[in-house]
Amino acid sequence: MMLRTGFCAAYWLRRVLQGMLLVAVLGLQACSSLSAPDHDKDPMEPMNRAIFGFNEAVDAAVLKPVATAYTTVVPDWARKGVSNFLNNLQDMWSLVNSGLQARGDDFSDNFGRVILNTTIGVGGLVDVASKFNIDRHTTDFGTTLGRWGVAPGPYVVLPILGPSTLREVAALPVDMGADPSYHLGGDTTDEVEMLTMKVVDKRASLLGAGDVLDGAALDKYSFIRDGYLQRQRNRQYDGNPPDDDSAP
Amino acid sequence: MMRNFLREFLHKGLLCLVLIGGLGTSLLARADDEAPDAFIKRISTGVLDAIKSDKAIRAGDMARVVALVDSRILPNVDFQRMTASAVGPGWRQATPEQQKQLQEQFRILLVRTYAGALAQVSDQTISMKPQRASPDDKEVMVRSEVKGGGDPIELDYRLVKTPGEGSGWKIYNLNVLGVWLVETYKSQFASEINAKGIDGLIATLTERNKANAARKN
Repeated sequence: MMLRTGFCAAYWLRRVLQGMLLVAVLGLQACSSLSAPDHDKDPMEPMNRAIFGFNEAVDAAVLKPVATAYTTVVPDWARKGVSNFLNNLQDMWSLVNSGLQARGDDFSDNFGRVILNTTIGVGGLVDVASKFNIDRHTTDFGTTLGRWGVAPGPYVVLPILGPSTLREVAALPVDMGADPSYHLGGDTTDEVEMLTMKVVDKRASLLGAGDVLDGAALDKYSFIRDGYLQRQRNRQYDGNPPDDDSAP
Repeated sequence: MMRNFLREFLHKGLLCLVLIGGLGTSLLARADDEAPDAFIKRISTGVLDAIKSDKAIRAGDMARVVALVDSRILPNVDFQRMTASAVGPGWRQATPEQQKQLQEQFRILLVRTYAGALAQVSDQTISMKPQRASPDDKEVMVRSEVKGGGDPIELDYRLVKTPGEGSGWKIYNLNVLGVWLVETYKSQFASEINAKGIDGLIATLTERNKANAARKN
């Protein structure tokens, strides 16, 4: 029954998401051309803050309670199996992207992970590869675009999905379309169930982190934004961003 | 996106304080001749082991976690420099009393906020990356990686040489997954100072600390 509610919610979530994505992208173009940015990195701050507020509200009303119920009701080993299963599917997409980015070591690691976990790990349910210390290198099409030279563009907060940049927004259809952890089955029912599972699993894994964030951040919006942008820059330069000596 | 980022940054970011915490044991260690990366390695491994073996901490005993952080971390962090950097230009205009309060409230914020995650350390291990600095550098960056489940977490420290003091090195900035702690809080503090001045920032921090303390109980 939780799944059915999730089914309805996720179906509409997707429709709303697509609609708001369209609005966000159009608004982006409008805003960028209108006024001079306050921050170079966040020219759309007012709109981003509004969407952030919406995300917080949805989280408090729906995502967090559902994820909390999930952790209470479903035993630890089962939740771990779900996580592993979804991670394995995501690793397949990471594999493709590490290939596209010509990152040989990451490609080998991801390849090893997918093979091991899908076969010995019973369809991904058991994370065998981590026991062999094969590192995970999560990457997606947005990062691939960056590797190919596309600049990130302004910071964008997406409805539900959260922090992003214009480049990642452009890559989103590819990522959501090709990443098997977003959908597996052929028909809409399966897709919605997968999406629900993915969202709940992710939110459940962040329950503790969410509490820390509430305490640590004076302004949650800018805390998340600055962290996200620093992190993205770091990944872009493989851990060696220029002007890294930013400490006084 | 947000979830991946949050999960990585926060959940593992707490390890940063765990690892700084270990530096407390360095009080007993030899002074300034130890190379900074050997120092970090020795200490962080020691701290991880201490956390893993302390059942009370793993059960979530907050008081013990805070005590651990207070006693083992602070002597090895140049907290004044950290606070001054985070506050920015306003620091020099602040009175000594204001500076003292800023430092105190910032300290409480970090300790109480991140201490909760120390109990989540399970089977992580640290590996050090090759050191690039020359032996004469007064300020160095030490790079390490936390492994254990999932993508490896990059964890970097900036250290300043403090010969004769403590273990000869002090941390003044920390980087988890490419995010520098001081830079993040610089931004946070800047908005507060612009809106309400230094006293406003102190008031905000104090209120936040009270709220956090109330929430934990």
